[in-house]
Amino acid sequence: MIKNINLTLKIWRQDAPDKEGRFETYEANEISTDISFLEMLDIVNEKLIIEGKDIIAFDNDCREGICGMCGAVINGRPHGPQRGTTLCQLHMRHFSDNEVIIIEPFRAAPFKVIKDLVVDRGSLDELIKTYGYISVNTGGAPDGNAIPIPEEIAEKAMDAASCIGCGACVASCPNASAMLFVGAKVSHLSLLPQGKIEAARRVLAMVKKADNIGFGNCTNEKECEVTCPKQVSIENIARLNREFIKACFCSTAK
Amino acid sequence: MLLDSKVPSGPLEEKWDRHRFEQKLVNPANKRKFNIIVVGTGLAGASASASLAELGYNVKTFCIQDSPRRAHSIAAQGGINAAKNYSNDGDSVWRLFYDTIKGGDFRAREANVYRLAQLSLNIIDQCVAQGVPFARDYGGLLANRSFGGAQVSRTFYARGQTGQQLLLGAYSALMRQVASGKVTLFPRRELLDIIVINEQARGIVVRNLINGELESYEAHAVLICTGGYSNVFFLSTNAMGANVSACFRAYKKGALFANPCFTQIHPTCIPVHGVYQSKLTLMSESLRNDGRVWVPKNIGDKRNPKQISESDRDYYLENKYPSFGNLVPRDVASRNAKEQCDMGKGVSDTGLAVYLDFADAIKRDGKDTISKKYGNLFEMYEKITGDNPYETPMMIYPATHYTMGGLWVDYNLMTTIPGLFALGEANFSDHGANRLGASALMQGLADGYFIIPYTLSAYLAGNSFPEVSTSNADFKESVNNCSVQIQKLLSIKGKRTVNDIHRQLGHIMWDYCGMSRKDSGLTKARIAVNDLKLEFWENITITGKENNFNQALENAIRVSDYLEFAELMIIDAIERQESCGCHFNEAYQTEDGEARRNDETFCHVGAWEYSEENENPIFHKEPLLFENVKLTQRSYK
Ligand SMILES: Cc1cc2nc3c(=O)[nH]c(=O)nc-3n(C[C@H](O)[C@H](O)[C@H](O)COP(=O)(O)OP(=O)(O)OC[C@H]3O[C@@H](n4cnc5c(N)ncnc54)[C@H](O)[C@@H]3O)c2cc1C
Ligand code: FES
Repeated sequence: MIKNINLTLKIWRQDAPDKEGRFETYEANEISTDISFLEMLDIVNEKLIIEGKDIIAFDNDCREGICGMCGAVINGRPHGPQRGTTLCQLHMRHFSDNEVIIIEPFRAAPFKVIKDLVVDRGSLDELIKTYGYISVNTGGAPDGNAIPIPEEIAEKAMDAASCIGCGACVASCPNASAMLFVGAKVSHLSLLPQGKIEAARRVLAMVKKADNIGFGNCTNEKECEVTCPKQVSIENIARLNREFIKACFCSTAK
Repeated sequence: MLLDSKVPSGPLEEKWDRHRFEQKLVNPANKRKFNIIVVGTGLAGASASASLAELGYNVKTFCIQDSPRRAHSIAAQGGINAAKNYSNDGDSVWRLFYDTIKGGDFRAREANVYRLAQLSLNIIDQCVAQGVPFARDYGGLLANRSFGGAQVSRTFYARGQTGQQLLLGAYSALMRQVASGKVTLFPRRELLDIIVINEQARGIVVRNLINGELESYEAHAVLICTGGYSNVFFLSTNAMGANVSACFRAYKKGALFANPCFTQIHPTCIPVHGVYQSKLTLMSESLRNDGRVWVPKNIGDKRNPKQISESDRDYYLENKYPSFGNLVPRDVASRNAKEQCDMGKGVSDTGLAVYLDFADAIKRDGKDTISKKYGNLFEMYEKITGDNPYETPMMIYPATHYTMGGLWVDYNLMTTIPGLFALGEANFSDHGANRLGASALMQGLADGYFIIPYTLSAYLAGNSFPEVSTSNADFKESVNNCSVQIQKLLSIKGKRTVNDIHRQLGHIMWDYCGMSRKDSGLTKARIAVNDLKLEFWENITITGKENNFNQALENAIRVSDYLEFAELMIIDAIERQESCGCHFNEAYQTEDGEARRNDETFCHVGAWEYSEENENPIFHKEPLLFENVKLTQRSYK
């Protein structure tokens, strides 16, 4: 059922990384419940432009829940109230008339605010750069069917690989831990025979890097799993721990 | 200008091998002396950056997003083709080649397409080695499915997230090279200009999207891997930031633009719901493997679909095309949906939708099987529409999705500017007038992993390069021009928003230069687009500052290019007096309403050269020679 609702938005505004931020209040009226959250922000921005005011900056690109570019904290929850949903896929039918919505950027020490709701998540690329790969050059790969992989293993690897790198796990964690992100990558690769060869080196390098960047440790709060728009399971953190212990005690990797 | 495609001589099957052998090589020790710029980090850009860095070149890689992993390739759902013939159902390199040529309605280069089919084999192997978790069967071997336009099962997939997994594979290879120091990443940068010195592409000017600074970078060659321009229609399945700017600015610097009017409308998207809609969502066409497309037989039958009995339904694709049924190519499926809606049989409140029904498939295979194949797509559909496709048929409608047109490139993927290459969707590519499903991913990766490493090396080995630095006058002049344009945009201070103008442009293009076209409509559209362009430069308003993170400004720059580019599309559509593939001119159709080609006069690539502002572009032809396939009227009956 399409209907229109009126909302009050309290949005974090910050002009630049080194400037102080503040909440500002905006009215969003006659919002169709059929549109998406970001489309609602588009409408607010269109109005701001006509009024000659600086628009609310927010990252987004695919608007299909797959690129991992969007994200903000909505009423205290990264990506908003709906489970398994990125902010761009959240629709206004989940809000009610006259609701007050608080919108803030992802907050975590390693994610600096660039402007308003836009943060710098370059630290996640840093983690992948630190051995989040299989060392294989282009060319010379064996036939794709040369190594059969049990279907359930391939599926598990796929579950882990579906991480979109949005950073909501970090933003939801009281310790700003990136364990779910690292765990997903370590799991994806170490489950597969191709990735096993470097599994020990990989896990040691990635965990060390996460520490160096300043991501916190996991104390089993499980907020990340609840928040993850792709519902990546904390089973991957358990696997990360296993891989880590294995690498420490049963391998020569450092 | 003579357009030399540089297709090697000899039998089709041997061309690429022979060409590789005849190419000059760069001595390994010399590779590190060459700087390469790659613009774009989708499948094409990421795979090219990684592969070139592995060879030893110094690569600088740019993208708009905050991370290279977010390029729009990430959104591809359905799958990637390869002629592995793992299914033993009659596939071969030749068949993939033939299907692609035929699907493209005989408007692509034979030699390129054949090479693509050959390389498809290596792509799958490469991706598996990187750890791409393709779907597997219970024996542990790679699973395949069939995809629009093909009668064999040759499509490899990773649930409904194939593009994501392939891109993460290429991205991880790229990040490995970043770690090794061979690639330097420049995220949140947008290309504004290509620098051509002594008739060679030698650098780029980009806007740093965080602080607004205009930055210059020099190189020995530049690779444009910036994707497609579907957003000229405002609403499309492409990402919000997708743009024509990089390609268009290369065009303005002298690179020819080929077949701009060849744009693909995808048959299975979630229908438009309202004016504030910002983009359209694709439902992978793999759904057509199990879903049945239908509309009510009787005009105005507004009953709930469940109450409409079998005899009151028209499964129009199955009836009209018995051998391909729901799997006809995209252009055919899209036009038929439009036709049904034009007849008044469309469903949904808007009348602009048809059903895609899974009831039979669920009955046949069980809900679990269907959910395993399409679970995430069904979920996405429900999130957006609030309807559950397990219970009630999906509603779909065509939307712009892919652009076959792009920068003209020769067999080496080089544009008409020496040293400027175009890869992936950005080039006019191998798909002729219509792309078959699951072949864009294949093409992007073939270009990046397996073609450019050879052809770029040959270019570098075969040319001399005068010293160039970013303090060179050409860079300064370009930075100055870009800055003038930006200030002009900020100073207009009119009454309309850029989005508002863009939306209007989209309507014009969709109505007159979309799924079906008429000369009279195109002429009208050209005038309307021109008027809109004038209005844009007089009446838009943008807020924010030049030297700050400013998304309003970014958008305005993109739309300014779309407005100019739209005219080129229209001019190209008028020029091509035939129907072929996705270019459907109503004056040229068969009795059954199928596209009627004119091979006598239009069996060519139409490539446009920029002349001057407000002047007509100059037309060039690359004749297409078919030595290995016979041109036939496509028939999917
Ligand atoms: C929803 C959807 C589903 C699809 N599904 C399939 C499928 O199942 N199978 C299939 O084969 N194909 C599919 N396609 C098509 C396919 O995904 C694309 O054609 C292909 O991924 C394009 O890859 P690319 O590398 O050329 O460009 P993209 O992946 O679009 O990457 C473009 C890159 O260029 C950068 N860029 C763009 N402009 C600039 C600029 N001005 N300055 C700097 N950087 C810039 C961007 O930041 C980005 O990194 C799908 C497409 C869509 C939209
Ligand atoms: S915009 Fe891509 S995930 Fe939300």
